[in-house]
Amino acid sequence: MSEIIKALNLKREFMVGNQKVLALKGISFAVHAGEFVTFMGASGSGKSTLLNILGCLDTPSEGEYLLDGISVKSMSKNERARLRNRKIGFVFQTYNLLPRTTALENVELPLMYNPEISSHDRREKAKMVLEAVGLANRMDHTPNQMSGGQQQRVAIARALVNDPVIILADEATGNLDTRTSYEIMALFQQLNANGKTIAFVTHEPDIAAFSQRSIVLRDGRITRDEVISKPASAADALAGLPKEEE
Amino acid sequence: MNIINLFRISLKALYSNKFRALLTMLGIIIGVAAVIAMLAIGQGSKQSIQDEISKMGSNMLMIQPGADMFQGARMSASATQTMVLEDYEAIKANCTYLAAVSPMVNANGQAIYGSNNTPVGMQGVNEDFLHIRKFTINSGRMFSEREIAVSAKVCVLGQTVVEDLFGAGVDPVGKSIRYNKIPFEVIGVLSEKGENGMGQDQDNVILAPYTTVQKRIMAITYLQGIYTSTTNEEVTQKAKAEVEAIMRSQHNIKEGDSDDFNVRSQQEMLTMFSSTSTVMTILLAVIAGISLIVGGIGIMNIMFVSVTERTREIGLRMAVGARGRDILSQFLIEAVLISVLGGIIGVAIGVGSASIIRNTLHWPVVITSFSIVLSFAVCTFTGVFFGWYPAKKAANLDPIDAIRYE
Ligand SMILES: Nc1ncnc2c1ncn2[C@@H]1O[C@H](COP(=O)(O)OP(=O)(O)OP(=O)(O)O)[C@@H](O)[C@H]1O
Ligand SMILES: [Mg+2]
Repeated sequence: MSEIIKALNLKREFMVGNQKVLALKGISFAVHAGEFVTFMGASGSGKSTLLNILGCLDTPSEGEYLLDGISVKSMSKNERARLRNRKIGFVFQTYNLLPRTTALENVELPLMYNPEISSHDRREKAKMVLEAVGLANRMDHTPNQMSGGQQQRVAIARALVNDPVIILADEATGNLDTRTSYEIMALFQQLNANGKTIAFVTHEPDIAAFSQRSIVLRDGRITRDEVISKPASAADALAGLPKEEE
Repeated sequence: MNIINLFRISLKALYSNKFRALLTMLGIIIGVAAVIAMLAIGQGSKQSIQDEISKMGSNMLMIQPGADMFQGARMSASATQTMVLEDYEAIKANCTYLAAVSPMVNANGQAIYGSNNTPVGMQGVNEDFLHIRKFTINSGRMFSEREIAVSAKVCVLGQTVVEDLFGAGVDPVGKSIRYNKIPFEVIGVLSEKGENGMGQDQDNVILAPYTTVQKRIMAITYLQGIYTSTTNEEVTQKAKAEVEAIMRSQHNIKEGDSDDFNVRSQQEMLTMFSSTSTVMTILLAVIAGISLIVGGIGIMNIMFVSVTERTREIGLRMAVGARGRDILSQFLIEAVLISVLGGIIGVAIGVGSASIIRNTLHWPVVITSFSIVLSFAVCTFTGVFFGWYPAKKAANLDPIDAIRYE
């Protein structure tokens, strides 16, 4: 299987005042097409820093990073913007939808920055992914008319709309209650079953249990990288939750 | 991102902050409206002065004794008596660009009819004078060459004089009036001409043969001026040069010596009045410039607020693939939209208030398309100029910092 992500000895240092902070101290791993990986670790262990580099929002201070076979290290800002636009789907903890903008328009947003896609195709594609995340009847709703779970579904649809090679999610369930978290994880599992590659940052072990592989960071290094032989099914977990009060 | 989408985004951003956008526009609106209205009034008065001046006569060229009177220096009495009938005859005989030539002597005095009297100037001229000053005969006739030759005591009255002496609705032709105690027969009445650009009543005038005025009223032999009319506007400068050459040779003025006469054309009067309104236009432009700078600073201020407020949005757009230049154009278009929309509203208000001024105060008002085009050009420029820095700031944001911005 082809390597979607290849990280070789990634390092990232920040200057805080005149002090160097080493957020990543040499990280190497690969993610293959179709994998569902979670990154775990304590707060400050470097998960977000790593995900930003993987998502081409940031560049490593040292080391080599290949996305879908392309070296990102020597790319210009504009080239990285283009790469994000064509190959990456982001999901954030705080949804980050545009306010006063309908779900459909929010989902269309990444395609707006792709001149190769006509406005007709853009609309069709956005409708399709909104249906895929179960929001066929919410297309005209603005974020303030939707629950957190629904907003996160819109955000996931937005991450899917450009057919990315990988979906990167940073604590995508961090703001949601257990039931809604499981619903979102069920959606991710379904997407993964349909072939999407997913890298998911979380610090909740029960969320990590839904993935196929768990990488644990500690203080800027990988301390564990293990395959989960029998991932839990989020759909089953959801069914096992106590019934909601009527 | 294509330009239509950028416009849609910007319009939406403005729409969701309608009131704020309107307040920001206010500076531009007031500036543009004031400029449009003031230019319309300035242009209107300029136009009406020009109209008045061109109504005064047809391509007039006036030759007067003494150096240029516009300089304001007062001439000695002898210096103003240098112009004689031979000058007139030489000009009439030799000048090729003139359609009409008339001598001019002005007497001041009282006109009396019965128990009515009125102070009025009597202009001693020849029959060409009607054409030169664009006068027409309303009733009766103009005096003839023969009457000039014999210094006949005949005269033609302006409408104001007719009203003052005879009252309205009376035909004075054939009646006899006295001017400075000398009896004159009224042989004609001029059509009404109204006020000229300087507010003088052009109908308060009596025309008489110049010979009569010279001999019988003023007892002089010199002329106070020669009025001429060029064949058309284009030859004014040539005619002027020709007249000057003839006058210099008539008066034996050597090369290098200054003239003892001056020639002014109607066109020069036009330019003189235009130049005062040019100064006014420049002043208006300065005021406009200042108000647009103030408006522009308002736009800059609100664009900074807008960029700060939407930092997360900017971060998100960058995360999904917007390049710096996409963000730059988005905010630049927003700034230009504010200023151009302000400009449109300003033009509308300016045009509206100019028409109100015309309809209520009856001032002459001329709205030129130039002032409207200029306003839009300046507004666009203001938007780009003052929107640039905030937009650049937005475009240079780091996506990671921006998306985490609280
Ligand atoms: N822009 C920055 N400037 C300076 N230091 C930074 C910056 N970003 C991250 N760091 C530091 O790098 C380290 C890793 O931060 P990171 O945000 O990646 O942690 P995390 O694993 O995502 O934590 P959490 O679970 O709380 O989100 C921390 O020590 C943090 O202080
Ligand atoms: Mg984090």
